[in-house]
Amino acid sequence: MNQVEPWVVLSFSSIIFMIGFTGILIRKNILVILMCIELMLNAVNLTFVTYSTLLQDMAGQMSVFFIITVAAAESAVGLALVIAMFRTLRSVSTEEIQLLRE
Amino acid sequence: MELSPVFFYVFGALAIACALMVVLAKSPVTSAFSLILVFFAFAAIYAMLGAHLIAALQIIVYAGAIMVLFVFVIMLLDVTRDTGEAGKPHPILMALSVLAAMSLLAVFVWAFKNTGTPAILGPFTTEAITAAGGNTQVVSELMFSEYILPFELTSVLLLGAIIGTVAIAKRQMSAARKGGGK
Repeated sequence: MNQVEPWVVLSFSSIIFMIGFTGILIRKNILVILMCIELMLNAVNLTFVTYSTLLQDMAGQMSVFFIITVAAAESAVGLALVIAMFRTLRSVSTEEIQLLRE
Repeated sequence: MELSPVFFYVFGALAIACALMVVLAKSPVTSAFSLILVFFAFAAIYAMLGAHLIAALQIIVYAGAIMVLFVFVIMLLDVTRDTGEAGKPHPILMALSVLAAMSLLAVFVWAFKNTGTPAILGPFTTEAITAAGGNTQVVSELMFSEYILPFELTSVLLLGAIIGTVAIAKRQMSAARKGGGK
């Protein structure tokens, strides 16, 4: 077998997706959580590109283009929010976000 | 698929190892640099899958722009200092998270493995793409013909993101100035 089966590539991208998913659940540092979101977006992008090759259709690669744009916008706004949060709370830990509880 | 097994497994192992480093590293700087390696490994896999434009965009936008933004914010906030005492998560929460991820992964792998080969294929075979001038030309022509409306909407989205980012930063700045004046 001199070929990589499509399901291996798709499983690889789900492994990366699940690593990002676990990171979001267990990490407290909000910067690392944003990085894990980027990991998950990348895993989905790889699934799109794999299916684009598999189905010989370009719609998948167009979707990836738009996802990359949205990811750039998302991380810019997300990091601005992190800076705003750091100015208010002097911390980047999600445990400190409890202003509504007080 | 014209994917070379050796290179796929090399870059796949690199990506998985670096993704684990992103999650497990103590310092956010280590996470950021591992994430850059993950992006490069992904770009290599995109290129091997024939998506040359996406591979280039991956390096330019993700490794070039987004990660510079991340590293810049880490530098700005100087968070390397106060991550040491940010406690580990509850062990039960950690075990449940890993369990949930593992079971979802099993479902995904099962689904991908048991999906049959697609019956309807699109017109973009490798030969057709080569004849039309390569992946970049094909994607670009589609982007400015069939996908012109989403493409234009993307610019509106980016404008909204710019205004939002400036608004968030500006309100904080004026609040800080007011607080400093008192």
